Amino acid sequence: MTSTAPPTAPPGHDWADVTASESSLRRFLHGLPGVDQVGAEQRAASLGTRSIKTTAKAFAIDLAISMVDLTTLEGQDTPGKVRALSAKAVHPDPADPTCPSAAAVCVYPDMVATAKQALGSSGVHVASVATAFPSGRAAMDVKLADTRDAVAAGADEVDMVIDRGAFLAGHYQQVFEEIVAVRAACGDAHLKVIFETGELQTYDNVRRVSWLAMMAGAHFIKTSTGKIQPAATLPVTLVMLEAVRDFREQTGRMIGVKPAGGIRTSKDAIKYLVMVNEVAGPDWLDPDWFRFGASTLLNDLLMQRTKLATGRYSGPDYFTLD
Amino acid sequence: MVSTGSTSGANVFEYAPAPESRSIVDIKPSYGLFVNGEFVDGHGRSFKTISPSTEEVLADVAEADVGDVDLAVKAARRAHSRVWGRMPGKERAKYLFRIARIIQERGRELAVLESIDNGKPIKETRDVDVPIAAAHFFYYAGWADKLEYSGHGTESLGVAGQVIPWNFPLLMLSWKIAPALACGNTVVLKPAETTPLTALLFAEICQQADLPPGVVNIITGAGDTGRALVSHPDVDKVAFTGSTEVGRAIAKSVAGTDKRVTLELGGKAANIVFDDAPLDQAVEGIVNGIFFNQGHVCCAGSRLLVQESVADEVLARLKRRMATLRVGDPLDKNTDVGAINSAEQLAKIRELSAIGEQEGAERWSAPCELPDHGFWFAPTIFTGVTQAHRIAREEIFGPVLSVLTFRTPAEAIEKANNTPYGLSAGVWTDKGSRILKMANALRAGVVWANTFNKFDPTSPFGGYKESGYGREGGRHGLEGYLK
Repeated sequence: MTSTAPPTAPPGHDWADVTASESSLRRFLHGLPGVDQVGAEQRAASLGTRSIKTTAKAFAIDLAISMVDLTTLEGQDTPGKVRALSAKAVHPDPADPTCPSAAAVCVYPDMVATAKQALGSSGVHVASVATAFPSGRAAMDVKLADTRDAVAAGADEVDMVIDRGAFLAGHYQQVFEEIVAVRAACGDAHLKVIFETGELQTYDNVRRVSWLAMMAGAHFIKTSTGKIQPAATLPVTLVMLEAVRDFREQTGRMIGVKPAGGIRTSKDAIKYLVMVNEVAGPDWLDPDWFRFGASTLLNDLLMQRTKLATGRYSGPDYFTLD
Repeated sequence: MVSTGSTSGANVFEYAPAPESRSIVDIKPSYGLFVNGEFVDGHGRSFKTISPSTEEVLADVAEADVGDVDLAVKAARRAHSRVWGRMPGKERAKYLFRIARIIQERGRELAVLESIDNGKPIKETRDVDVPIAAAHFFYYAGWADKLEYSGHGTESLGVAGQVIPWNFPLLMLSWKIAPALACGNTVVLKPAETTPLTALLFAEICQQADLPPGVVNIITGAGDTGRALVSHPDVDKVAFTGSTEVGRAIAKSVAGTDKRVTLELGGKAANIVFDDAPLDQAVEGIVNGIFFNQGHVCCAGSRLLVQESVADEVLARLKRRMATLRVGDPLDKNTDVGAINSAEQLAKIRELSAIGEQEGAERWSAPCELPDHGFWFAPTIFTGVTQAHRIAREEIFGPVLSVLTFRTPAEAIEKANNTPYGLSAGVWTDKGSRILKMANALRAGVVWANTFNKFDPTSPFGGYKESGYGREGGRHGLEGYLK
């Protein structure tokens, strides 16, 4: 996976007329239907009142576990911690072989090799953040080197950050070209594009940046780094789910969605799954198309899973901390 | 993991049944009338109230005859002249605050009972009807000692005869009783014959709040009882919410008397979607406008006027959204659309829908399985509707939307106003200036901008033309209960 050869179908080629110039790109993005803040938040809140019980809850919890990108992105990360996390991703509940594996382990590029070795052929992917995560403030060649480094070390998935400064300044083509270049640097690895919606702030911006990233060839669009508050929220994810739904309608291509940061409880995770189900549609209820970027969420899912199976709550001491 | 349109398809997220428990409500086999602070037997016959979702008989309810109505009005008169009319506003407020708190405390009980008797989903009674009913009592409790600042005087009218519909039984009760009591009036209220149970539970709440006897009287019955109430000579004020037909009869019966009247009648609201609207939210607003409460809403957005340039896109999104509506058991917490309130109403909806088809409009219903028992109608839209169609002119009062298109704002205004009704309208656009222009031009009592079916006790509500007169809610709502 060290290839830097461009993908066979250049990303965004369907959109050549749209992305040809700064002004055509702006016209397109600003021509997307607006998002009414009150209405979007209300819709998200009303989906949050769905009552998911018994068999539906068991289904949702197992699905959520299989969608977790188990994440550690700390300066103090050690190879030991990454190995422990990897073991946990493969067997989240060592006592119960029916418990599904998580989707991926998400680490900094220098930990990719460690994670790759620990995960082996388990099927759990290694995701690496890149492009001067979390701020994205670096020269383009540094970002590309960061990406190639992660891919060379064995990353199956790359989580890049966009240049929020450029986006907010209206330099859409610059953001577009960066994503195209990083996608090329990813080779066979899958690209998730992080918007840091907490910095973009408006839902109109979230909708525009979603389309920008999808046209540029993102495999996944992702809310946040987890380093900025607010991180993932239900309404932001709602707007992104609407974007992938509309994009597939227009192009036939499916793009994944990953809310990250701030999702800590099973109850929260189930609200997201309900939203996926009713907004984007059941096709997205799959780890290939929806992920949770989270760390503490997994333990709560495991506790709820045990409770459903045994009828009893077990304490947090029965699940590993990382 | 290839990013093509291929799908796994294996995952079906079926929501398991999530029924709200009925055990919190205690439905008695039979109910009398609530007169002078006590439940008494009526002298007339009785009638049965059923659950529209199952057709199960819930209870036997007394039908008040002319004599019963007279007793209730007398009790209200006594309570007005001896107690309530003289009580300082700040003392009246204490009772209203108490009632508001009890409504909140017994909220789940009221919500479950309302869902059972009316057929509307528990989600709605829990999140809309009951909280807003409590809010009305809180709001008007605050006015009771501040009437001198209302601009409408401080003197109560006396006895109010109030007749309410079956679509929002508890909420309409609170819209009627809260301002009347705050202003020092006493009331005789008749709930609709298909939905009397929450009003009778409210009578219990009045007892629990130690409300002086006779201040609130609840008499049950159908049209004859209502007629006896509004034509009773000792009633000072008639307040009615319901059909234009009955409203007209009431206006006739009180003509030539010195009774004050407010009427809140039917509607055929235009929900206008411009091409620059936030489309996903507009689709939510369309759904909420017509399928909220099974379309049993007098201010329902039953005519969708959509700008031609986005009509296809809006309709495609609307149909996709309608396919996710969950129709069924009103007590299931995931139900979005419940049962039609009565066999009679269902027949009317079916009849008008059949006429829509005969007139050449294209009918589409959301794919959904309807239960075997009870009264059900799938959420339905008609496209290719013109102003000349009956389904564009007559109030269907069900989950049926007529879709019309327009090209210019002037055409939208013309079509929206071309109706004998004028209760509400909706405008969807990202342009603030257009919202203001439309709001001025639309002859409707309520104009919602980028939302629909929003109710708040501080906001006046009422109609133009055949949608009635008088306002309920807000400071304006005091006018109808003060001299």
